[in-house]
Amino acid sequence: MLYREVGQFKTTYASDEAIFPIRQDRWLIVAALAVAYLAIPALGSEYWLLTIMIPFLVFALAALGLNLLTGYAGQVSLGTGGFMAVGAFATYKLTTAFPGINIVVILILAGFVTALVGVLFGFPSLRIKGFYLAVATLAAQFFLIWMFNKFPWFYNYSASGVISAPPRAVFGQVYVTGAEADPRVKYLFVLTVVAVLALVAKNLVRGRIGRSWMAIRDMDIAAELIGIRPLPTKLLAFAVSSFYCGIAGAMWAFIYTSAVEATAFEIDRSFQILFMVIIGGLGSILGSFLGAAFIVLLPIFLLNAPRMVGLDIPVNLVTNLQSMIFGALIIFFLIAEPRGLARLWQIGKEKLRLWPFPH
Amino acid sequence: MDMLQAVFVAPFASMWDNPQFLVEVVLGGLLAGVMYSLVALGFVLIFKASSVFNFAQGTMVLFAALTFVGLIERGLPVIAAFGAAAAVMVLLAFAIERVMLRPLVNQEPIILFMATIGLAFFLDGFGQLVWGGDVHPLDIGIPKAPLILGGVLVNEFDLVAAAVAGSLVAALAVFFQRTAIGRALRAVADDHQAAQSVGIPLRSIWVIVWSVAGFVGLVAGIMWGSKLGVQFSISLVALKALPVLMLGGFTSVPGAIVGGLIVGVGEKVAEVFWGPAFGGAIEDWFAYVLALAFLLVRPQGLFGERIIERV
Repeated sequence: MLYREVGQFKTTYASDEAIFPIRQDRWLIVAALAVAYLAIPALGSEYWLLTIMIPFLVFALAALGLNLLTGYAGQVSLGTGGFMAVGAFATYKLTTAFPGINIVVILILAGFVTALVGVLFGFPSLRIKGFYLAVATLAAQFFLIWMFNKFPWFYNYSASGVISAPPRAVFGQVYVTGAEADPRVKYLFVLTVVAVLALVAKNLVRGRIGRSWMAIRDMDIAAELIGIRPLPTKLLAFAVSSFYCGIAGAMWAFIYTSAVEATAFEIDRSFQILFMVIIGGLGSILGSFLGAAFIVLLPIFLLNAPRMVGLDIPVNLVTNLQSMIFGALIIFFLIAEPRGLARLWQIGKEKLRLWPFPH
Repeated sequence: MDMLQAVFVAPFASMWDNPQFLVEVVLGGLLAGVMYSLVALGFVLIFKASSVFNFAQGTMVLFAALTFVGLIERGLPVIAAFGAAAAVMVLLAFAIERVMLRPLVNQEPIILFMATIGLAFFLDGFGQLVWGGDVHPLDIGIPKAPLILGGVLVNEFDLVAAAVAGSLVAALAVFFQRTAIGRALRAVADDHQAAQSVGIPLRSIWVIVWSVAGFVGLVAGIMWGSKLGVQFSISLVALKALPVLMLGGFTSVPGAIVGGLIVGVGEKVAEVFWGPAFGGAIEDWFAYVLALAFLLVRPQGLFGERIIERV
């Protein structure tokens, strides 16, 4: 009843090509943005913004990047953490070398640096496929982290190897990075970056580029036969994906933890983001956000749930139980709906269209 | 210029100067490689029979070792503990087949891969919940004294490990080639549908193959546990088994052995002779880069089945 496109006619080409052709979807996205921009900064406490919303958005951006590569172009990658580290360290080097340049420009430049690195490690994808490629991307992961730990040039010869992110302003005195910046400003900045990049991704995947990615994913030989060149297409997927992951890594280091350190981007991070993509839904922009929400919120919930109901369990027991429940839930979700949370959402929408009549 | 000197000249010079040391390093690498092969074997068995890339293999190694060492700590004799731990791995295989694999039949490989990562998380928590998360020392009487053989220094423990791995591979080869179950396993590995149509029950085959992988994991766990103590980091050895698999091919048992040896030797030689040029600790990534270089020449690994693609 509520969700039905009856009576919404497409009378122009523009309306036919709209991102959200159904009016209810448009309202929903406007409402979601309004909540994200107005309600959450106004109502959310500092703790909520800093420990839940900002990591959620950063993870969502990284998941979005990986989803472009794995979900749309079909190239499984386990090097996400390494690419995020490239973004973080590129931002650090650039912003300390050129303090005068605006942080937004720096972020974009760092994204391009990461894209370049991504292309470099994407070259083997032409010959290596499937799980072989997944394992090959581990080379990127381990090599990059080793490199950032090993060469002091990357952390400006700081003695401890851990560097705090320098404060940088978007304009005037509005600081967005570093530990002292206002959490609300940080949150709004991250939200804006993620929203813009998500819009770009949405448009990218429904255009020529996205379609060529999907053709490569579904069957690369057939795609080659209909005139899609595999090398540029795959490399572009690696570049765009790394661009997103690089910016996510930079925001992780500069806005979320306010410390640039390679240990934050170990192999666990790569797996975590791959989880988000698969739990959320391969080949879905919305899925990246749902998956990130699931993976970020679930451990926090599991950690706090015993205390909420008044049980006092020792911490190491909780962490073991947490890992068990987490694993069991992943298996459960894959059995229940292998195509992820985004697919559940889609099924729900289909049901809503028919409701309250069953046929 | 110094860099070029350190990469292209100095390592060979030091090899030339001290060939005995080179032999020692290579031998040490070979024996370390055997340990990687032990872990990689479990991966290959499962991948061959069910095309599941079992990421939980490392955790299964840890879980088996934890069970084994936990039973010993509770006073069981070594043989009984070994039998009991093997029985637990078989039970685990039954549970995995029933709960995880059966509902996921015919899903895409990546979904099954993710499910095994979920399994890894579960087993991690479960094993440490039951047996405790601290380091358990494990000593079942494998000698560890250094030994001089023909002027070359080796460790007795590594020789035992090599012997164990060798006999395990021999036993597996006999099992696969000479028994009815082994023949059925090979049939399933070749073609699921054809195997099913001649009456091989897929489900019990999966239970068997996961049990065998669990058993191999137990052996690997005992060897690694005797070397490092049974602790969480054993499950990370699985990450080292991945380049071994890439090198050897995911579908080849001999590949897992040869791959392990190549990775072991490559890693040690690179670390000892080229490590100083790059500032050390290149062991972390060298195996992956080596495997990557191999794959660029042979995308299916050294012994993997040739990948034939059709539209």
